[in-house]
Amino acid sequence: MIRFTDVSKRYPGGYEALSNLSFHLAQGEMAFLTGHSGAGKSTLLKLIALIERPSGGQVVVHGQNLAKVSRRRIPFHRRNIGIIFQDHRLLFDRTVFDNVALPLVIAGYSREETGRRVRAALDKVGLLSKEKLYPITLSGGEQQRVGIARAVINKPALLLADEPTGNLDPELSREIMGIFEQFNRVGVTVLIASHDMALIEQMPHRMLRLEQGRLVLGGEE
Amino acid sequence: MIGHNRTVREQHEGGGRGASVRRRGASGGPGNYLARHLQTFFYALGQLSLKPFSTLMMVAVIGIALAMPAGLHVLLRNVQQVLGGWDSAAQLSLFLHHQTGEAEALALAAQLRQRQGIGSVEYISSMQAMAEFQRHSGFGEALSALEENPLPPVLVVYPAIELQGPELLAQLRQELSAEQAVEIAQLDMQWVKRLYALMDIGQRGVWVLAAMFALGVLLVVGNTIRLAIQNRRDEIIIIKLIGGTDAFIRRPFLYTGFWYGLLGGVVALILIELALWLLSGPVNQLALLYSSEFRLARSDLLTAASLLGGGLLLGLCGSWLAVGRHLRAIEPT
Repeated sequence: MIRFTDVSKRYPGGYEALSNLSFHLAQGEMAFLTGHSGAGKSTLLKLIALIERPSGGQVVVHGQNLAKVSRRRIPFHRRNIGIIFQDHRLLFDRTVFDNVALPLVIAGYSREETGRRVRAALDKVGLLSKEKLYPITLSGGEQQRVGIARAVINKPALLLADEPTGNLDPELSREIMGIFEQFNRVGVTVLIASHDMALIEQMPHRMLRLEQGRLVLGGEE
Repeated sequence: MIGHNRTVREQHEGGGRGASVRRRGASGGPGNYLARHLQTFFYALGQLSLKPFSTLMMVAVIGIALAMPAGLHVLLRNVQQVLGGWDSAAQLSLFLHHQTGEAEALALAAQLRQRQGIGSVEYISSMQAMAEFQRHSGFGEALSALEENPLPPVLVVYPAIELQGPELLAQLRQELSAEQAVEIAQLDMQWVKRLYALMDIGQRGVWVLAAMFALGVLLVVGNTIRLAIQNRRDEIIIIKLIGGTDAFIRRPFLYTGFWYGLLGGVVALILIELALWLLSGPVNQLALLYSSEFRLARSDLLTAASLLGGGLLLGLCGSWLAVGRHLRAIEPT
């Protein structure tokens, strides 16, 4: 599903965020990406979502070499990936329903199909009763669940999450991770960046460990 | 979160069905595409109605900017209409040869009256001319000392109403001076020519003004859209992150510009009509004093259409400029 081959990312000014990364994440796999802040976790996820381009090496997602995805095609690449952010990135002037529906509106789904799917997604994350509320009235954990519902509404084969539990207490964090495991069980590939070691170590999933831009665990030579 | 496991599994295990539904749901046929555009079209209008005050200000600015040159154009057309009437008030004086007798002069007058392009002809004998001159010039005494009347008989020719414009009048003068009895045919055209030259300047001025105000509208709309883009920066980034194309993001801003322009055109039209209505009273009074049938003409259909069309085009172009420049700069990081 995801294959990194000798990937490096150097920012202007010479700072090397990632150096010579190689790993493979199989379809249907769930893995955690760990490491201290600044180890390069976010950069790695950005390369997959084409928010950044690598300075060297090759990234292949869904069998597609990302170097060959032109700027114009980036939106269509992102539609195949569900992305979840630490700060949720919700639109606060729209209801929960409208937030979750946004990817379908972008893709041009009909109104009926959108309504049906949004309710199904909200049901999955346990927020069906809150569809008419505005995100500002929800708790942090609920906002994150709205973010997850929005990420999965397009039924992407790949979910990326960047510190999805960063601002949540341990119990809510476990709940959120539980939701990710549910999606993984039905075949979605999941890659979660997190430094919450206490939580991750309780879960039986593969771990990729980054230290100063190098993979020290879980990679391949 | 208990109990959701089942739902999730159902959702994803129906993968084949889901995929076909997706294809059907997202199949952007022409109808669907049009529906989406229509939706954004009215969404943009709805957004504007949420901020009535700033929208009104914006639309008023555009309206005034459009009304200036368009209003001037309408006024100029009215002036032209008035001048059309004055043209025919121009007169030709035919100074006949001294020895021309009264019968001969009257015969020529009768003959001229039959000609096309001539409204009426007035005969002034040399004696009448002398009497008039004595009355008005103040040289009465001196003139009566003259042994012979030095003034020639004159035919005053009033061109027909249909005969308008300096060229036609000049041509008529040429023709009349060819008459045998006519010594000099005089047409005081200078003022008509000057007036027409002034009108040309006015017309050109309207275009220059229109171009300047159009540029102003373009920049005002562009700047407003630029601010709107900046205000919705976070939203744009989020939409880009979840797969919104540039076209999708661009659309509401373009329609916003469209609405600004169209509504500005409507305001301009209202302003012009209002101004004409305010002017019509005094103008009618003035016309009455000149015992003229002249009435201030309202803006015609063409002016109205070009005002609305020009307005929405300017709005669209202005927002297009802003969107083209600023949307690309906003990328998720």
